[in-house]
Amino acid sequence: MTILGKKVPMMLSLVVWLAVWELVGRSRLLFLIPPFTEILKAATTVVTNAKFVDAVIISLKAFGMGMGIALVAGISLGVLMGRVKIVEQSLSMWLNVFVSAPLTAIVPALMVIFGIGQTTVVVTVLLFAIWVITLDTQAGVKNISPSLLEMARSFGASRFEVYTKVILWAALPEILCGLRLGLIRGVRGLVVGQLLIAIMGLGELFELYSRYFLMDRFWFLVILVFAFAFALAELVNYLERRIEFYARTR
Amino acid sequence: MGGISRRASELAKEENNNMQNSPIIEVRGISKTYEGGCEALRNLNMAFPRGELTTLLGPSGCGKTTLLKIIAGLLELTRGEVLIEGKKVDGPGPERAFVFQDFALMPWATVLRNVAFGLELRQVPKKERLEIARKYIDEVGLSGFETSYPHELSGGMRQRVGLARALAVDAEILLMDEPFASVDEQTRRKFQEDLLGLLETEKKTVVFVTHSIEEAIYLSDQVALMTPRPGSIMKIVNTKTERGRNPEEVRRDKKYLDCVEDLWQILKQYLV
Repeated sequence: MTILGKKVPMMLSLVVWLAVWELVGRSRLLFLIPPFTEILKAATTVVTNAKFVDAVIISLKAFGMGMGIALVAGISLGVLMGRVKIVEQSLSMWLNVFVSAPLTAIVPALMVIFGIGQTTVVVTVLLFAIWVITLDTQAGVKNISPSLLEMARSFGASRFEVYTKVILWAALPEILCGLRLGLIRGVRGLVVGQLLIAIMGLGELFELYSRYFLMDRFWFLVILVFAFAFALAELVNYLERRIEFYARTR
Repeated sequence: MGGISRRASELAKEENNNMQNSPIIEVRGISKTYEGGCEALRNLNMAFPRGELTTLLGPSGCGKTTLLKIIAGLLELTRGEVLIEGKKVDGPGPERAFVFQDFALMPWATVLRNVAFGLELRQVPKKERLEIARKYIDEVGLSGFETSYPHELSGGMRQRVGLARALAVDAEILLMDEPFASVDEQTRRKFQEDLLGLLETEKKTVVFVTHSIEEAIYLSDQVALMTPRPGSIMKIVNTKTERGRNPEEVRRDKKYLDCVEDLWQILKQYLV
């Protein structure tokens, strides 16, 4: 990018923000915002803590399971809705409701149903992520050019082959887009689920640090979770760009 | 003893002759009404001679693509039957290959994989099917583009891929749905000439759909004129031109031009 006609690297804005953070922190304006260097120091304290490693493993397990189910169920449902009119007509309205619903509100209810534990977190991640995956998959499947499907049938493709060799590939750009959005929502579900339950995983640590005002450790955790979500989204973004060459010409 | 074997060989020859003379495709009493009530075809009967190029010609909406897709087994008919080699069919089959108007190429696959796709679906082993694909890529004049993707090709090149794919499965019948409609005029003329050249070496029966009268007469051995919706066969016109003649000469030949004019007059009535 260019500022006042001089070329500057993109990283400059990040450096500027970190510098501002450092200054605000040092001035002790708000005890809630410690200097960035202290946050970095806290990193070593947190990461070497056994509790942290446990928390991460628990969280990743819940996230992995929830996302895994969301992916498989979401894509399957999306394909079904895209191909079978009756399914689409009966479920479309509900899908649209849930995609835009503030699901956070029902997490306490989930706690009542599934108890205070890992199951609730998995279900929360699942529910946060699945709707957008379904919606995007459905859109991708409906967008497929009918002559492509006719072509596959005309050359003797079985039903299974039409799905695996044509439909999934033709809808892949939309499916990946849904996956990226689903991952982001899934991380949100993870944090919300764990925060409200607050007895395990990162949620427990968040609650712990904020209760004792260990702000440097708290912010480190926040940055970590943000970076995690960002990294996942960028990973899928990379995949999306790799198939972009055919996404546009379908 | 000799008499019996002579009689047997005569019978065999007679059966062979009948096979040669009997139409390879026969459609009887075809009616097609779409969901929603649109009657596309009504009681259509037609026989397509073996080894010849027959064109279905008619005004827009007359049902020619519908008929072609029914013959291909891609559309269900409401009434009637389609006979291929005397046997009733109700779905796609290895003896028929379709060439699509919008090319229907898989954009995520290379030209080589696209051309080999029909063979891939028939479980032909990879090495063999890629070899066959390469041969036909060369035959349609796309050598060197095996590893290109469809988005890197022009419209004309994409259609050649579609044609190579249809040829690669070595089906007896080629069904072509306005294959040259999406390319420019110069390419279109070249394609028509190339297609005739290709058909000299590949002995195939072709059913061709177009709404260009010139194209119909130039390419075909006979033209089946269709009535507007609901479609049926109005008239069959023989348009055989001598093979091997200079295409420029053919397009200026008086008989050819008269034929174009005659068909135009017939079709004109239905334009209003």
